[in-house]
Amino acid sequence: MSAAAAFYQRNRDRHPPALTPAYKTSVARSPRLARISLDQSVAEMTGPTFGHDDIGPLDNDLIRNYAQDGDPIGERIIVHGRVLNENARPVPNTLVEIWQANAGGRYRHKKDTYLAPIDPNFGGCGRTITDADGAYAFRTVKPGAYPWRNMVNDWRPAHIHVSVFGTAFCQRLITQLYFEGDPLIARCPIVQTIPDPDGIDALTARLDMNATIPLDTIAYRFDIVLRGRRATMFENRP
Amino acid sequence: MTQPFDYLRETPSQTAGPYVHIGLAPGAAGFDIYDRELGWDIAGPNAKGTRIRIEGLVIDGTGSPIKDVMLEAWQANAAGHYAHPEGGGPVEEGFRGWGRVITDFETGAWGFDTIKPGSVRDGSGKVHAPHISLWIVARGINLGLNTRLYFDDEADANAADPVLGMIEWERRRPTLIARRTESDGKPVYRFDIRIQGEDETVFFDI
Repeated sequence: MSAAAAFYQRNRDRHPPALTPAYKTSVARSPRLARISLDQSVAEMTGPTFGHDDIGPLDNDLIRNYAQDGDPIGERIIVHGRVLNENARPVPNTLVEIWQANAGGRYRHKKDTYLAPIDPNFGGCGRTITDADGAYAFRTVKPGAYPWRNMVNDWRPAHIHVSVFGTAFCQRLITQLYFEGDPLIARCPIVQTIPDPDGIDALTARLDMNATIPLDTIAYRFDIVLRGRRATMFENRP
Repeated sequence: MTQPFDYLRETPSQTAGPYVHIGLAPGAAGFDIYDRELGWDIAGPNAKGTRIRIEGLVIDGTGSPIKDVMLEAWQANAAGHYAHPEGGGPVEEGFRGWGRVITDFETGAWGFDTIKPGSVRDGSGKVHAPHISLWIVARGINLGLNTRLYFDDEADANAADPVLGMIEWERRRPTLIARRTESDGKPVYRFDIRIQGEDETVFFDI
């Protein structure tokens, strides 16, 4: 049996380091010792697979998937894009999950006590599976900014949390999507854990007028890039 | 001029934040929205092998349990096969090999029921001792932490394991080995993860 081709090494300069003191919670939740590099084996180069049986027909429509007696209040948006790998190839049939606050910045979570009200028609979570081109789409309302206990007056920019799998456990990624033009992006200690301005730009969804539905829903575009994989040009001897 | 590369660059990670449950375990956040949440049944009803339970805490640099963690597990079946096209062989119907658990909001305790995985022969012929890959995200963790759980009743296999053997600091290896106990005759393996400080768990670049 030949060795399977490994995934490209993760570029740690692209990602936040573990210890980012301006984001206070990271101080006690970051390892002090260096991570140990592992030769990828089958455990790292495989990962769970999901199918349409796993999800429901409304799961990618946050305007409808928790509606009780009407639509949620807020700016109606489509968030769409593609999941690609570093070789610019689409990643089809992969699970994309999102969660977010409502238009007022309040989460439907028993631990969120922010005074902005819950929206009775908004849950705030969605999931979908990419198509053959790696494309995905959600319909939701644009989340509001909210305060958090870091510095006394810190506010998170409007954001949607995004979780994606790829085909291998080593591609597993959770990130956050921000919105073009938000002045809180530059002030946010969590955003600013990312050392590379280009990396922050990559998390900033663009207004996409071409995908906007006139008189109905405005659209943002957000592409996600997962780790790429080497081609097996030369096989290892067993 | 040199030729340009046309590689894309990986999307940067961000913390999962305190409300990861909304998206990935909404029942725990306090509301039912999906007909079926994902990740609660790792092995499925048909899996061969020994039914086991894994339990533990994730502990921060102050010695306190972290109460807003999400962990994901990825493992082979008892024959050492993963539920994936490159997983080494067939798995039982319903065996997904992947699970997702959250910690208790009050105590920080987490646990999951599964089957004990078999040894895995990887593509280059190396045999890995039975293990479960774990991925840990939470508020304050900027990029998910990868580690492996091994079993203390597999001493011979662990001694030959290429990953454990690669850790040059031998006294760090036990941080990856779960301790067997029993509850009502069922094996329970205890695995505490220490993010920082004394006996810090080994985390991997994978």
